[in-house]
Parts: sequence; structure tokens; C-alpha cells
Amino acid sequence: MFPFDYIRPQSLAEAVAAHDGLERRYLAGGQSLLAALKLRLAQPTALIDVARLPELSGIDIEPGRLVVGAATTHAILAECREIAALAQLAGSIGDLQVRNMGTLGGALANADPAGDHAAGVLGLGADIHTDRRVIAADDFFLGMFETALEPGELIVSVSYPRPRRAGYAKVRNPASGYPVAGVFVAETDEGVRVAVTGAASYAFRLTDFETALAQDYSPAALEGLTVPADELSRDLHASAEYRAALIPVLVRRALGQGGEE
Amino acid sequence: MRVAFMLNGRKVEAEIEPRTLLVTLLRGSFGLTGTHVGCDTGQCGACTIHLDGRAVKSCLVLAAQADGREVLTIEGVAAEGESGGENLHPLQAAFRDRHALQCGFCTPGMVMSGLDLVAHLDSPDEAAIRHGLDGNLCRCTGYRPIVEAIAQTLREKG
Repeated sequence: MFPFDYIRPQSLAEAVAAHDGLERRYLAGGQSLLAALKLRLAQPTALIDVARLPELSGIDIEPGRLVVGAATTHAILAECREIAALAQLAGSIGDLQVRNMGTLGGALANADPAGDHAAGVLGLGADIHTDRRVIAADDFFLGMFETALEPGELIVSVSYPRPRRAGYAKVRNPASGYPVAGVFVAETDEGVRVAVTGAASYAFRLTDFETALAQDYSPAALEGLTVPADELSRDLHASAEYRAALIPVLVRRALGQGGEE
Repeated sequence: MRVAFMLNGRKVEAEIEPRTLLVTLLRGSFGLTGTHVGCDTGQCGACTIHLDGRAVKSCLVLAAQADGREVLTIEGVAAEGESGGENLHPLQAAFRDRHALQCGFCTPGMVMSGLDLVAHLDSPDEAAIRHGLDGNLCRCTGYRPIVEAIAQTLREKG
């Protein structure tokens, strides 16, 4: 790692004030950032540790919604049974040690193309609350490792609507543990959403699948629906065609897990 | 910068560079070489320790992140025995009884992850234990005796 300064602010306001919008980076769990720094893929002048900020901590159970602090670890979220599919998703991330350190906000801000949480926020249609505004999940992911966050903008919490039913299914790369493809399916008061991660530069929705499932929330409704391979990722783990074939299978599996919430 | 934290029940302090990894501090400054560096990329889990009671990889944590928190390494797991020796933790004893180690390189990390599982799993479910050991690689045992040692300790816990 290149040298950097370490700053641990005591409040959200202090944290945002400490960010210069240029060369400094927020540090949450560090499970992606520290690995990147070791490879010298980034050279921040300072890390601003936000993992212990009180404003980013805790899970609030509100009527019809679950509001999760950005510094909540995957392990804590996995133990929160309020939205079973979300707990299952969080419990499937990385490995035990990564889940104990890595955070929801950090994962979203990092926007790894194969991040599990991207499927959760997009599949549920969550709102991402930052220090300055609310960003709808649909507007959050802009590209590979690219989000709508402005320089120095910090995720404070994620507000998930409570689904009537939801499920998450993925195929993990056996070496890295990252999803080759992952699908989150949910039915909320707003309708049915189907979100895919790991299969393209960033998470996306399958609107034709959503329309079909809104009529009939069952695998039978998906008869004849396919996913075009054109814009899917191709890498040494899977071809675009393989991912295109995998996604409808995962939609069906996610439907099968979709117990009542 | 200066960091201070609880290490195996004792308060410690150190002057560090901000980029110092926790594993480097533990091994280099405090001589706790039971925490192993296998890959240094967060893959193998040999450097697993507990931070506030949860298993984490000390090669993916800055020493600065441990400031003010509680760190437990493999050296702090066994209780001190009456005759100056050590009384193995039940999980360590189970590892010995089940032949859950061969070369021993992964063992400290396996025990630290195993302790997390013993603390947080409800039942000795094999699939859950194997899922919990995803972040720890062993090239000798084939994992079965390790899984059995953790399951045995969970059963004994009741």
C-alpha cells in the first residue's frame, strides 16, 4: 500500500467535512478497498473511517419498511430476519470473515459488478439515503464500479420496502465466491421486480419478466421468456450465452424460495 | 499515529504508520506469531482473529481500525492452567481429538473461525459449518475432521 493518513471522525458532519472530494476515500469495512490498496490500484491521501459513526449504525424496523444503517455488516444483516430474502442474500456474501467486517454501504458504494447487495436494493426498489439526498435504487448504479454518488457523498442508510414475498438465487464462482449471476425477485406494494447482478457491468432489471410475474407469480408465467446475451459479461468464468441461459433458471429458483414475508 | 486496544484481555498500545495491517502489528510488534500470513490477499483465512468477538481476516484490517476495540488471537484462546500450563479450549481439544490438523498452518485461523461458529450457530448442522468455513483453506485434512471438531464442540455446548 502507498502511504495514507487515517482519520476517524466522530460524527457524520465531521466525516463529510473531512472529505476533500478528490484524493480522500471513505473506509467502511475495507474488505474491497484494502485489497485494492494492497494492489496499489488506488492512492488515496487519506482514509476516513466511517465504520463506527452512530448515524450509520443500527437497523430501524418501521411500518412497511426496514431501514438499515450503511455501516451495518453483512453478518448483522444476515441475522436480521425481518426480510428473509435479504438476510439470506447477506448471509451468502463472500465468507464468514468478510461478512463480519464488510458493510452494506461500503458494498453499494464500491458497486462491484458482481455485488450481491446490488440485486437486493434493485430487486426491492430500495431508497439509498446519503448525507445530502435520497437516491432511488433505479438511479444508483451507472456502470462498472460507478454510481450516482458525487465526490465526497456518503451513504447513510438504505430503506427497503417490506416485500409480500421475495427470493434470491445465485450461482457462485467456486474460487472467488462472487456470483457468476444472481437474481433477486420480489413482490412489493409497488409491483413485481426482478434484478440481476454479476451478469453485466452493473445490476439491471428484467422488465419483461416483471410484467409476466405481475400477472402470475410463478415459474409457469416465464414460459418462452429469454434473456438476450448481447450485453452480458463474457469472461473466463462464463460466456455471455451461459449467463443468458442461467438467468431464467435463477429467476425460477428465486421464485421457489419466495416464501411469504 | 497511536493505537490502543485490548489484546487477549490486556491493554496494549503502539505507535504505527496508518497503513500498518493488524496482522503486521500482531506478529511484528507483539510477537504473536500464531496468527499466520498465508496469502496476504484475503483468500486463505490463516490470519483470522477476532475483532469484538467476530472472526475477521487480520490481513484485511488496518491496525488503526482495531483502535479502542477488543482483539483475540489464537494465543488468547486457551485458559491459563494451574501449573503454569494451558487448559485447551474445548474446540482446541476437539481439534486434537479429531485429528483436525496435520501441518498446522491453517489451524489458528480454523480455530478462530470455528470459535465464531460455535458462538453463533444454533445447531451442529454440517452444511452451516462448511458454509462458515468458506473463508479458511486447508490443504491437508480434506476439512472433514475440522467440521467434525466444530460440530462436536457445538453439541457439547448444547
